[in-house]
This record gives sequence, structure tokens and C-alpha cells, in this order.
Amino acid sequence: MASVELARKPIGLDEPLPAPKSAGKRLALAGFVLPLMLALVWEASARSGLFNTRLMPPPSVIGATLWELARSGELVTHAWATLWRVGAGFGLGALTGTLLGALTGSLPVARRLLDPMLQALRSIPSIAWVPLFILWFGIFEASKVALIAVGVFFPVYLGVAAAILSIDRKIIEVGRVFRLSKLQMVRRVLLPAILPDWITALRSGLGLGFMFVVAAEIMGASEGLGYLLVDGQQLGRPDRIIAAIIAFAVLGKLADSVLVTLTQPILAWQDTARDKL
Amino acid sequence: MLALNAVSKTYADGTHALASFGARVAAGEILALVGGSGCGKTTLLRLVAGLDQPSSGEILLDNSAIREPRADVGVIFQEPRLFPWLSVAENIAFGLSHLTPFAREGLVANALARVGLPEHGARWPRELSGGQQQRVAIARALVTRPKLLLMDEPFSALDATTRASLHGHLLSLWEESRPTVVMVTHDVEEAVTLADRILVMQPKPGRIFDEIINPMARPRDRMSPAFEAIKRDVLRSLDRSLQDGKPQEHATAENAGMWW
Repeated sequence: MASVELARKPIGLDEPLPAPKSAGKRLALAGFVLPLMLALVWEASARSGLFNTRLMPPPSVIGATLWELARSGELVTHAWATLWRVGAGFGLGALTGTLLGALTGSLPVARRLLDPMLQALRSIPSIAWVPLFILWFGIFEASKVALIAVGVFFPVYLGVAAAILSIDRKIIEVGRVFRLSKLQMVRRVLLPAILPDWITALRSGLGLGFMFVVAAEIMGASEGLGYLLVDGQQLGRPDRIIAAIIAFAVLGKLADSVLVTLTQPILAWQDTARDKL
Repeated sequence: MLALNAVSKTYADGTHALASFGARVAAGEILALVGGSGCGKTTLLRLVAGLDQPSSGEILLDNSAIREPRADVGVIFQEPRLFPWLSVAENIAFGLSHLTPFAREGLVANALARVGLPEHGARWPRELSGGQQQRVAIARALVTRPKLLLMDEPFSALDATTRASLHGHLLSLWEESRPTVVMVTHDVEEAVTLADRILVMQPKPGRIFDEIINPMARPRDRMSPAFEAIKRDVLRSLDRSLQDGKPQEHATAENAGMWW
């Protein structure tokens, strides 16, 4: 009987779609499994004497160093200095990247004028900017923030320009039918249309910001996680180096998670496969 | 009244899409354009919408030339083309930003009710089926009360049941303000169901091949002998347009006389 009912039901496009189900929440803690297993194997190998623990200290020693750094307040001081630099560089790089990306994406003249030069600048290794920035901005914060901003700028610039160029012509046409002015078209159609790509570009930029802050802090800083790396090397303390690396990883991941959480509500409209994969 | 005076369109690559197309469409009339692929139906619609410019000739709506999209011309495309980042209600209200929020809400609520989606205003387009999305597109185009509504195969991607239901919703909304409608369709039954007049077009370059008047009163019974007869006329004309390539004597609506 049920099969007869099903057969009678018209199979049409007018059927409402089923609500998406989320499987991701159940797997929220799965990301910790692999690092924990690696740490356990590492610890066991160190205790059984498989490698020299003076050069490669076990997780228990690194954990103790991290605890000591945290207890003394050093970790917070260094992490805060790094976060401040990344934040300032990210803000500057994301803003200029978005503006120039929007300009070259939407104006062919600007694209022809600016894009070739920016693409050439993109291929310059980050470390090559260091002496110039020190000369221009001095040894203190400005040169570090500028270096991070350069790292953030290019993925954001490229992401925004490419996103604008790939907006569906048909959507723009709807805007034209409703006689939107250029400014209205940008505000009501172009910006919302590129939002998912823009956020992806910001995430890439943030990741690169954390990479560039290491270069910035290695080139001369008295605080910051990059300084902790150099300090560990000079003191012959691999546990401090690895502790700083772990702190970088945790900070980077946290910063990315904050960005994702903050932007999630404005992407609620997206029809993605995220919840189904 | 919509007047197309010797409208031609040749694209930059040399494609001659339309040749000296002339027609008059009376206020409140529903005109269907049918014809084989590449006969310039969509080109013509884009020109009337002001999305493209004719190479020669002119298009007048109430004696005022159409050179760019206008507030009194609504368009329904083949795909719903809803803005995915706006709710259903916000999509319908897209062309009403000049009104107060109160006036906007009233018009949107009425339009949602007329297309049978009164409870769907807060949903995202992705939460609707294809047929429901197209209903929202119809509501969005008609809520601004355009004088002229252009439809480019708006039901072609839908199944027969949904299509028939949408014809009803469209006619219900059309009854409210009776705009002039020019629609492109590949579906002869759809043309006979909706249109007062059907222009059969011929390709290379696009031009009018035949004109068939549909005097049936609405609502139209698809099973009636009159409906079948008109449908047969259109099909026969379509066949001829694809075979001999020679236009009929009364190849333009102007030559055919002001039938209304």
C-alpha cells in the first residue's frame, strides 16, 4: 500500500527540500585524537631511549616548560605581543587587500594598471622586505606590522579580485533590471555575492599573518613568540623552541576559529555540502 | 502599448540575430513568442528589457523609448535568479527600497499569499524547491506593478504539474494589475494556455513567420476542442517555419493589421 501511495505522489520540483542534518557536531573532539596519539608515541619513544631527549625533549618536558612560562606570565606577555602584531598587520593587510582587490576586480582600467605590478610584488620572498622595512620604519613595531600586512595583503587581494571577476553574470543582470546605481550594485549585489570567498581569503591571510610574524619577530624583537624561538635557540633550550611552536599553533587555530565563528552567522544563507559530507 | 519598430540586432561576432522585427502589443495583452532554437526570441526579450541595445530600429513603451532597464518593466528569467543571501521576503522586496518598511511589508505579504507561499517569507531561497523559487521570482517581478512584464521561458525547468500550478499563480497576479506580457516559450501548450496572441518566429536571422490569435476566454480548458485546434495551428506553423524558411504573407503584426 505504501508503495502505491508513493507512486501516486507527483515527483516534482515543487517538493520542499528536507532540512540538512549535522553530523559534524558529534566529531567536534576528533581533531584532538591524532595530536594526543602522536604525543603518547613520542613520550613512550623518548622514555625508552629511542632518541636523544636533550635535542628532542618529550611532551612531558615541553608541557612543564609551557606551564612554567604560563605561571611566570612570560607566555601571556609573548603571546599578547605576537597577537597584537598579527592583529594590527592583519587589519592593515586585509583592508588594503580588500580595497585594491575590489578596485581591480570591478574596474578593467585599474586591473590593467595595478594587477601586473602587484602580481610581480607577490612573488618577492617575505624575508627580502625585512632590510627595507627596517630602513623605512625602524627596528620597532612599525616594520614588523608592515611585514605582516604584506603577508596578509596578497591572499586577500587575490581572493577579492578573483571573487568579483567570477560573480555570476545572471545575478548582476537582476541588479541591472532593478536599475541599481554602481554604488548600490556594489553594496547590494557584489559585496554579498563575494562574502564567502572574501572570508576564505581572510582566513588564508590570517594564516600567512602568523607565518610572517615569525619572520618579523626573528628580525629583532624583545618579546613575542618569535623572540621565544630565538631565545630558545640561543640558550640551547629546544623545549622552549617547541613550546613556542605549539603556542603559535594554538594561537593560529584559535584566531582562525574566532574568525570562523564571527563570520558564520553572515553566511547562514549558503547552500553548502558542509553538513552532508 | 509596446511598439517594436524595425528592430534589428547584429552581435559583434557578426551573428545576425534579428532582422527588422516589427510588432505592436496592446496594453494588458499577453503575447507569446515561439520558435526553434536561435530564432532570436531571447535576444528580442533582452532588447525590450533594455539589457542590450538594438543595432537599428526602436522599442517604445507608451511612446517612450526603451534604451536601458526601466522601473515599469519587470523581467522573469528562465532560472529564478534569487539572491541567495536574502530571505524570500527580502528578495520580493528588492525593487521596493523606495517605499517605507510598512508599505513594503504589506506588498510583500500580499505577493507571498498570491503565489501560495504565505509562510515562507523568512526562509532562505536554498530552503525552497525549484517551483517555489520560481514563484518567488514571479512575485518579485510583479510586486513593483510593472506596465510590461517580460518572461524568458520561466517554467521550462519545471515538471508538468508544477508548471500548471505556476500558470495559475501567474494569471492570478496578472489579474491584479493586468500588465502587458511578452513571454518566450518552447512549450506550445503553455503559449496557448496563457497568451492572447502567439508569434511564431523563424531563425537566421530571427523574424516573424506567423501570427496566431487566441480568442479563448480564461480560464482555458486544455481538453477543449478549441484549445486543441489552436495548439494544432501553432504546431503546424512551427513545423512550416522550420521547413521552408519562407515567411508568411502577413509576416509582421503590423502587416496583419491591428487585430485588437
